[in-house]
Amino acid sequence: MRSRNLSWLLLGVLFSSSTWAESSINLTEGVTGVSHDVYDLHMLVLYICTVIGLVVFGAMFWSMFFHRKSKGHVAATFHESTKVEILWTVIPIFILLAMAIPATNTLIAIENNDNSELTIQITGSQWKWHYSYFDQDLDYFSVLSTPRAQWDNLSGPGEEKGENYLLEVDKPLVIPINRKVRFLITSDDVIHSWWVPAFAVKQDAVPGFINEAWTNVDEPGVYRGQCAELCGKDHGYMPIVVTALPENEFDAWLKEQKVAAIAAAEAEKASLAERMTMEELMTLGESTYVASCAACHQANGAGFPPSFPALKGSPIALGDVSKHIDIVVNGKSGTGMQAFGKQLTLKQLAAVITYERNAWGNNTGDVVQTADVKAATGK
Amino acid sequence: MTTSTTDMAHDDHGYMATGIKRWLFTTNHKDIGTMYLWFAFIMFLTGGSMAMVIRAELFQPGLQIVNPDFFNQLTTVHGLIMVFGAIMPAFTGLANWMIPMMIGAPDMALPRLNNWSFWILPFAFTILLSSFFLGGAPNFGWTFYAPLSTTYSNGSTAFFVFAVHIMGISSIMGAINVIVTIMNLRAPGMTYMKMPLFVWTFFITAYLLIAVMPVLAGVVTMLLTDTYFGTSFFDASGGGDPVMFQHIFWFFGHPEVYIMILPAFGIVSTTIPTFSRKKLFGYSSMVYATSSIAFLSFIVWAHHMFTTGMPLIGELFFMYCTLLIAVPTGVKVFNWMATMWRGSISFEVPMMFSIAFVILFTIGGFSGLMLAMAPVDFQYHDTYFVVAHFHYVLVTGSLFSIYAAAYYWLPKWTGHMFNETLAKAHFWCSLISVNLLFFPMHFLGLAGMPRRIPDYALQFADFNMWVSIGGFAFGLSQLIFLAVVIKCIRGGEKAPAKPWDGAEGLEWTVPSPAPYHTFSTPPKID
Ligand code: HEC
Ligand code: HEM
Ligand SMILES: [Cu+2]
Ligand SMILES: [Cu+2]
Repeated sequence: MRSRNLSWLLLGVLFSSSTWAESSINLTEGVTGVSHDVYDLHMLVLYICTVIGLVVFGAMFWSMFFHRKSKGHVAATFHESTKVEILWTVIPIFILLAMAIPATNTLIAIENNDNSELTIQITGSQWKWHYSYFDQDLDYFSVLSTPRAQWDNLSGPGEEKGENYLLEVDKPLVIPINRKVRFLITSDDVIHSWWVPAFAVKQDAVPGFINEAWTNVDEPGVYRGQCAELCGKDHGYMPIVVTALPENEFDAWLKEQKVAAIAAAEAEKASLAERMTMEELMTLGESTYVASCAACHQANGAGFPPSFPALKGSPIALGDVSKHIDIVVNGKSGTGMQAFGKQLTLKQLAAVITYERNAWGNNTGDVVQTADVKAATGK
Repeated sequence: MTTSTTDMAHDDHGYMATGIKRWLFTTNHKDIGTMYLWFAFIMFLTGGSMAMVIRAELFQPGLQIVNPDFFNQLTTVHGLIMVFGAIMPAFTGLANWMIPMMIGAPDMALPRLNNWSFWILPFAFTILLSSFFLGGAPNFGWTFYAPLSTTYSNGSTAFFVFAVHIMGISSIMGAINVIVTIMNLRAPGMTYMKMPLFVWTFFITAYLLIAVMPVLAGVVTMLLTDTYFGTSFFDASGGGDPVMFQHIFWFFGHPEVYIMILPAFGIVSTTIPTFSRKKLFGYSSMVYATSSIAFLSFIVWAHHMFTTGMPLIGELFFMYCTLLIAVPTGVKVFNWMATMWRGSISFEVPMMFSIAFVILFTIGGFSGLMLAMAPVDFQYHDTYFVVAHFHYVLVTGSLFSIYAAAYYWLPKWTGHMFNETLAKAHFWCSLISVNLLFFPMHFLGLAGMPRRIPDYALQFADFNMWVSIGGFAFGLSQLIFLAVVIKCIRGGEKAPAKPWDGAEGLEWTVPSPAPYHTFSTPPKID
């Protein structure tokens, strides 16, 4: 009776496994040739393992039910058989060959980085991604856009979480479909890993080295992924979003970006002549600080020493202005302090420095203008 | 080789200090084994309580309990404690207790070294744990990848490095002791191929330890100098290579995972024949399979590094070698299956844990096989799928085998039978909760949840809640074990010299509890 129930149970497990493909408990099939191959390999091994498991566990359960002492079963005395031993050494080797051959083919395809039509350099840093399009004069940072109020429930219930909670960014990577896009992946600080499951691309971003990967997307859409290598405190907060556009839309998007870049450069130039009031600087400074600096130095300026120093009462924030400008613009290599000169506009830099020198009781009264930043750094 | 050893133990023969001195100065393998086992259990509860906080934080999306940096400290120290503080010392404890009794030796060959290798361990873990109160514990993962653990570390690197050095010294000394004991103190007539498989697996494990612990010591020292003395072994801007760190670490790390499973193979190869009342199937093929696993474990390390940008040829080599490990591992599983086949099986608690071991460890082996496929590993790597894999092999593998061993030999150690009802409750609660805890992690990983994150997207919420519930239940279930052991030490039905009718081996020829000194004159094996 009991063994009957058990076989129903096993059947049930087997049946439900045939529905795995659709639901979110299985690997995604993805939207590229490679991701489909990878999915097929995954299913192949899964089925092989299921069958082996059924045989081995079946035999074990069989002996547990029929060869038990309580049923009066007397133990046999055999304890070796060269024939059987050879059999269960050789058969697995053939099964492994059946797995290794398609895996080898897929791997060769994955590692073939030739003939790409577009190259994008991806640079990880704590905790954002930087995308730079080769030969296009286009580059930008991409950071988590889920507001802190949604994820920080430490001091209260927090805001309701949105649909793409923790998987949304301010500026996604944009790529064309049906073109082979090559990624050159590296890092500015610690090791990160750029992973988009729908492309079956996961490649480590190693500081000082450049790794290659590529994809060729079949369908337009928005694809989401996350950093996959522990990279410090906010490792869980550096998602990846890729928008794949049809070719013509992609080309139009590129043009748009160029127009926007020119406009930004002009605004930057114009800002040099501008003199902002303390109040304006503090307002812009605060928002810039929260967006770019608070992850490490905390909103209240207390930091997380010893990893990330406090700015409240810091000798640099209270001391020589040029040193302060220098560390914010050029960063400090070998630490988490990045060169924000590349990431922020002159206006934001001036504002954030002013803010740090006057917030949280750092009452220096210093006002740093755009032109001061420019003069101090030659940016 | 197998000289008579009566004269070796004469100076403390029959003498047993009392009180704290007994434990501080003891050179008795049984005392030291007991201390190792208690230490391992305390560490298991310590690491376990960290896991409870981790699972509480992951119960729901959003940050509820801890901040991300403390979360990283918890996962890191949880991993370090479970690997170096719980599983490894528990196995060393079993080795200490059982190897001399199984080979008919009066004690371990190097008893003072034995004392020393235990007593430095508490210091190692005090150093490691004290870092929580001294500026923050290690937060770079138990794999401590550079440069996160060097230039970007939170100041805990020195604590970490010194703690690991001490653990390493302890392990190496323990391993030397095991090897010397087995080579020199076997009772006359016990040839290598007559040794219990338990002894064989510890013998091979000890060689693995001696081979790779110095590599670990080397790599943490390089970490130390990179962090504090300006070297750049792993810093590209100084001509070093962060990926080099991973190669050295995993050259230690992969054999390390076999250090944590080969003894488990030895344990279930002892218990399954006992409760099947049938000799172990394929003894010699078990020995050869264990040796080939040990050998192969040195040439598969980079399967942890498929995404680091290795050349194609390297990826292929490591994929093929890793797949090959499945062959000897399969042989072992088939042999256990064949041992049970047409036996006369009964289900005492050690047998229940052993059967659960075989089935659940094999599930971990299956996911290992999947991970070995380099192209698919690009999807699995660093997700919860890997977390599921190594918890199946380590928790339902190594830990379950340790429970099997503990229940198997508790009567010998304490002289009492344990409370079977409680022990069965421990088994069933553990079995059900452990699968609720770890099985859905496969789904989470496949659906795309990375590991080592304190918060996650909403589509992962349901399974995480199940996993956390399983986690709390599993954690609580382990307290039942504590109750069983304490009750068993305090009293209970008197255990005969051989409480399991199908058991074989020299340890069952001495009374229960085993006298303080056994085999002062070696038994004769024919
Ligand atoms: C990824 C973490 C991180 C972020 C984001 C970050 N910093 Fe820093 N910051 C650091 C670290 C680490 C140091 C210490 C560097 C060192 O070792 O001298 C530092 C140092 C500083 C210092 C010098 C403080 C002192 O007393 O030494 C200033 C000023 C500063 N940061 C300003 C900023 C500003 C402005 C921003 C935002 C635009 C910012 N930081 C964003 C990590 C960060
Ligand atoms: C059939 C045998 C096995 C195979 C083929 C196998 C394969 C693998 C592979 C390929 C990985 C890397 C996954 C990744 O990071 O992408 C891995 C991870 C791991 N395995 Fe196994 N494995 C096997 C058995 C074991 C055993 C017996 C143990 C320990 C008892 C073990 C413990 C681990 C651990 C701890 C990790 C994770 C390390 C980390 O990244 O933190 N494995 N295994
Ligand atoms: Cu990361
Ligand atoms: Cu491995």
